[in-house]
Amino acid sequence: MTQRLESLLQEAFPGDEVSVEDRTGGGDHFQVSVTSARFDGLSLVEQHRLVYDALAAPLADGTIHELRISTKGIA
Amino acid sequence: MTELRDEIKGIIEGEDVALFMKGTPQMVMCGNSHRALEALRRAGAPVTAVDILPDPRIREELSALSGWPTIPQVFVRGELVGGADIVEELEQNGELERTLSEKLGPDYRGAGAERVVAVA
Repeated sequence: MTQRLESLLQEAFPGDEVSVEDRTGGGDHFQVSVTSARFDGLSLVEQHRLVYDALAAPLADGTIHELRISTKGIA
Repeated sequence: MTELRDEIKGIIEGEDVALFMKGTPQMVMCGNSHRALEALRRAGAPVTAVDILPDPRIREELSALSGWPTIPQVFVRGELVGGADIVEELEQNGELERTLSEKLGPDYRGAGAERVVAVA
């Protein structure tokens, strides 16, 4: 599951640094971190929306029970 | 638009600080809701809490309104501030207090006690 989320993030943020951690080992509580120039100049709400967009499918089908997001720009 | 959605919209727009959470401040049912509540408390925010658990439609209508897929969700004077991660980060860097002062006035800490409202 971690790999599925990672590949979704890599698709949405090509070439950027992404990481996914399964916080409990149960495959449904995740910490995701993304560092991308796309975040530069965006509010935190806008930054997190981009991550939610990338993970829309696993969020909608209930795969992700709990998600923690950490975003960073480059600038 | 449904009646329930109108009711939720009324809370978002009418309350100074609205926290949509799993459970209530007295009995929090989720780690992220707890994190958001505690960050708001540290900032002295006058929180109006809404438990989304009693009816799955509350969460559906809320996310349809906000475009935000997860719980908790924090609004200040109608504007989405974010979920647990963002609220925690803004509290730690002092921006949450700044936003509350700007939107609610510098005396916001005395503005009201924590309360819970039920929808549906």
